[in-house]
Amino acid sequence: MHKRVVSVWFPRLPSDRALRARAVDRTACAADLPPFALTLHEKNTDRIYCLNHAAEAHGLHRGMGLSDARAYCPALESRPANPTADARFLTMLARWSKRYCPWVGLDGRDGLMLNIAGSAHLFGGEAGLLEDMRARLARAGLTGHIAAANTRGAAWALTHFGTSHKDGEGIAGLPVAALRLDPKTDTALQRLGLRLISDLMALPRATLARRFGPDLVLRLDQAMGTQDEVISPLGETPHYGVRLTLPEPIGLRDDVMAGTARLLERLCAKLKDQDMGARRLTLILRRVDQGAQQVELRLAAPMREAARILPLFERGVAEVDAGFGIDQMRLEATQVEPLLKSQITHATAARPEGLDDLITRLGNRIGLDNIQRFLPADSHIPERSFKRVVAAYSAPEGPWGSLRPRPIRLFASEPISATGPHPPERFRWRNMSFTTGRATGPERIAPEWWLPEDTWRTGLRDYWKVDTTQGRRLWLFYTPQNPGWFVQGEFA
Amino acid sequence: MIANMTEFRTHFPPVNARTHEVCGPSALSFALALAGQLGGTVLWLREAWWGDQINPVGFAPYLDPQKLLLALAPSHLDLLASAEEALRSGSVALVVMEITKPVGLTEGRRLQLAAQEGNATGLCLLPEGMGSNAAQTRWHCAPVFDAARPATDSTLQRWEITKNKSGTLKAWTVKWDAQTRRISVVSEAAQR
Repeated sequence: MHKRVVSVWFPRLPSDRALRARAVDRTACAADLPPFALTLHEKNTDRIYCLNHAAEAHGLHRGMGLSDARAYCPALESRPANPTADARFLTMLARWSKRYCPWVGLDGRDGLMLNIAGSAHLFGGEAGLLEDMRARLARAGLTGHIAAANTRGAAWALTHFGTSHKDGEGIAGLPVAALRLDPKTDTALQRLGLRLISDLMALPRATLARRFGPDLVLRLDQAMGTQDEVISPLGETPHYGVRLTLPEPIGLRDDVMAGTARLLERLCAKLKDQDMGARRLTLILRRVDQGAQQVELRLAAPMREAARILPLFERGVAEVDAGFGIDQMRLEATQVEPLLKSQITHATAARPEGLDDLITRLGNRIGLDNIQRFLPADSHIPERSFKRVVAAYSAPEGPWGSLRPRPIRLFASEPISATGPHPPERFRWRNMSFTTGRATGPERIAPEWWLPEDTWRTGLRDYWKVDTTQGRRLWLFYTPQNPGWFVQGEFA
Repeated sequence: MIANMTEFRTHFPPVNARTHEVCGPSALSFALALAGQLGGTVLWLREAWWGDQINPVGFAPYLDPQKLLLALAPSHLDLLASAEEALRSGSVALVVMEITKPVGLTEGRRLQLAAQEGNATGLCLLPEGMGSNAAQTRWHCAPVFDAARPATDSTLQRWEITKNKSGTLKAWTVKWDAQTRRISVVSEAAQR
């Protein structure tokens, strides 16, 4: 089919996006807006990255230092730019453009290319389509230059350099830069007095290729249509959901599990194709009375083996109230993670699969975040020398150990009545009387001043291991800066 | 002493595929010593509101903290249900439950059956006087002060079986042997 390309260029995409996000009076016309600019920190200074029309009218331009710009225009409002968010926004716009045609590709950082061949009639012809697009973009507060042409190169040239939107005029009257040339070639052509594309077309191709390399001729051919240029459409993000509609409602647990097994097989095949593993699965059971029951499953590790996942659903499915019966089942992997095929060697420590399944089962009862493991942390503070992390999202780490003996049980420090820097002869703790049989210490531990902690406000601590004649071996500390004695732990 | 040691070895570690109970001030070191000796993965269940913490830096000589999974249950019932599931799964060697309420006969029996099915050991850490009749053995552990040993090596404890479904009641004075990483029995004569 004959190709018809629409090019959309957003010359002020970053600042338009920033201004859209701000709460402003939409009724105000664009010219009334205050000067606004986005800045990016590059080459050791803040430079203007993108600016609105009002700022340009004040004589500012891109690449200008922010301090210079402020001197020219004291009323300038500025924000830091966010190129990643801009790229995301452009992808969103590309997805939106699929309302016009299915074939949409990105064009650099600030443009879109649409192949509208065969879909223009849906909008009342090409003119209608362009008009609709212009109106919608204007309403969204986006500056967009839109043009249609037979080739990608021509459409690009018209949006970036075409002053009037006259169709059929062609690109012959546009400057040579409209051919997407690199600045060096452009300057060289200008020096030779070749200012317009028509000037280039008049010259023999062989001389052009000899003088400026094959790139210029290629660009010219692409704009003219003698050389094809593709628009690579954006890939569809894979959807990890499957469903099963039943002719007769079901209600028995075994039947629901059999249905789940069928769904899981299809879902796992999908996951396998994409080298993904599911982390969170949702099973939605629609009942005949239009009610829906939901079963959530959070997995302790990314998984895509149907046979292993199915038994994990048993508990959730057992709790479902089927009512008058279930006639539709939907299974969706709401959270997926890359799960690459891994080579099994003697060196790889196999992660115990049974343990992962156990964590999943327990996690579905008490919450996956409540199953934790200890990881070593680098601190002298006893309660900070380890951390607890969610087991499903971490791997065991070592090594463990300390230079000095540490208690096996730690609790929030409990005050005891005693005075002086040496451990008391007798003391009461938790309503029990103790006599000190032997005290080992002190071990001085200083607070970590860079991390504020309320319990360490009292300053330095001198720790003593006190073996009481009653048997219990306690960890006491004395705070010399705010005299007082506390019990913080118990040894084996 | 050798005879004493041999006798102790027949009782500790307590018989597998059953649930046991331990109480007393040194119950925690009993649980850790047992976990270290069994060697596999250990699931440690406790209720989420519990303020005390077990300190992995402190128990690293007993049990490698990498082998420990901590599960915080929102309630007593959830704790028992999780323990049952873990015992039955057979993928952990030991399930330690820190219990704060008495375990009923039904729950105790269910834990026993689960332990049997999964071939794992269950261990309840109890407050004193809260045992369940279904437990295989119940131990009472208390630290003992011992003036003769150096302070760095003072781990003397008295372990006593206070309930045994299939055997006699017995008591030993034991200590932690840092070299072999095992509990060893101290001869009675050495006590003063």
